[in-house]
Amino acid sequence: MLMKTFPNHPLTSGDNCTSCTGTVIVALNLHINPGSSVPIYKQIVEQVRHKVATERLGVTDQLPSVRALAELLVLNPNTVARAYAELAREGVIETRPGRGVFIIAKRRVIARSEARRRLDPLLNTLISEALAMDFSRGELKEAFEDKLDHWSSDKGEKS
Amino acid sequence: MSDQPVIQARGLTKYFGSKCALRDLHLEVPRGCVFAFLGRNGSGKSTTIRLLLGLLAQDRGDASVLGCDSRHLTPGHRARIGYLTEEHQVYGWMSVREAGEFQASFYPRWNEKIFRGVIGHFGLKPEAKVRHLSRGMRAGLCLALTLAPDPELLILDDPALGLDPVARRSLVESMIYLTRRSDRTIFFSSHHLGDVERVADYLAVLDYSVLRACCPLESFRGSVREVLLHFEGAPPKLPPIPGLLQSFRTENTLRATFAHYTPDAERALRSLNPSALEAIPMGLEDAFISYLGERGEKTFILSELETTP
Repeated sequence: MLMKTFPNHPLTSGDNCTSCTGTVIVALNLHINPGSSVPIYKQIVEQVRHKVATERLGVTDQLPSVRALAELLVLNPNTVARAYAELAREGVIETRPGRGVFIIAKRRVIARSEARRRLDPLLNTLISEALAMDFSRGELKEAFEDKLDHWSSDKGEKS
Repeated sequence: MSDQPVIQARGLTKYFGSKCALRDLHLEVPRGCVFAFLGRNGSGKSTTIRLLLGLLAQDRGDASVLGCDSRHLTPGHRARIGYLTEEHQVYGWMSVREAGEFQASFYPRWNEKIFRGVIGHFGLKPEAKVRHLSRGMRAGLCLALTLAPDPELLILDDPALGLDPVARRSLVESMIYLTRRSDRTIFFSSHHLGDVERVADYLAVLDYSVLRACCPLESFRGSVREVLLHFEGAPPKLPPIPGLLQSFRTENTLRATFAHYTPDAERALRSLNPSALEAIPMGLEDAFISYLGERGEKTFILSELETTP
């Protein structure tokens, strides 16, 4: 029936977040910002992708179901479903019927040349902003290297 | 049956005296969706809702709800529709529990569990007197009274009006819970575009009594675009381009907002030989404000409702 579990609201009751398989479903800690120029489904995609890239999410980690994440983030389930569909298309997650949604081993689903093409506008933004702040070439390179080091050590810290 | 739209309006028109309150509205709301009905104050949203529910008689056109002509809705149909009015009408002398019992007596499908769930969610005590409730609590009570009969179609007329952010969040959560049943439809009006972005699959925009947009939410966002053009010298005057909403010129930039940013529009802009051209994505609220802002031309309507989100 409709809203049988209504009183068990995720924010007011302790949802123990374990599925029938006993796998612990990871707490995603996503931050959704309506009103941004980035659509909400894209915010989910980008944050999950980022967590995978920094290894805060790893292979075989289980994500909440569409419904559970929608209720947790207070979003239309179709928005979450759309984000999951995009992540699945990119080879980041996989839905195993009857079991749940899992992070999977990273398959390269876009060609290197396409990836390079997508990188371009990101670099443009970075460089134009940095030049506007009067950074020299050397300073910029140094900052970039520092950041790369920082990210690699971030990866290393994961237990 | 389930493919039939839950709400359908064809050429729906209403005058109050000589003033047109709604002009030639065509609208279809598919079953199972969350549909946001947007527009500025006085644009005709409440009038539309009252026409749909047969509380007002139209001057022209047809409306049907749950497959029945709006002018001939039976008590049986009405029992399947939950309608939350803007005014939150409840009797002040009743307690929360009494208000529930009173409402329950009209509905064969009353679900006490839902009623208790919603009033609990809004932090309401059953013995509290209605006249002592805050605005947010009253809204919670009215929502509980509207949801407990387990309606197939929920029509909420600006349910967030005057609510604080916490009460508004509870309202949005309740709406998300309703979508657990995939055959339940929510049609609501709101000015809170952040909330709309969270819950809505589709949106329709009324402006000065005329429907200006009706499409999936993402199509609306995707269609309204701001384009920034850089020039070496002073920017040239913009030629008339279909879909152009507004433009601003500064010393060497030109900013143009489009209702439909098409490849043709882009070609027209490129023919002005800008040194750079950037299309800037917009948030829903900015897109909405640009779309309804003052402008000369008012002939746009976005893509027709697609059948799948």
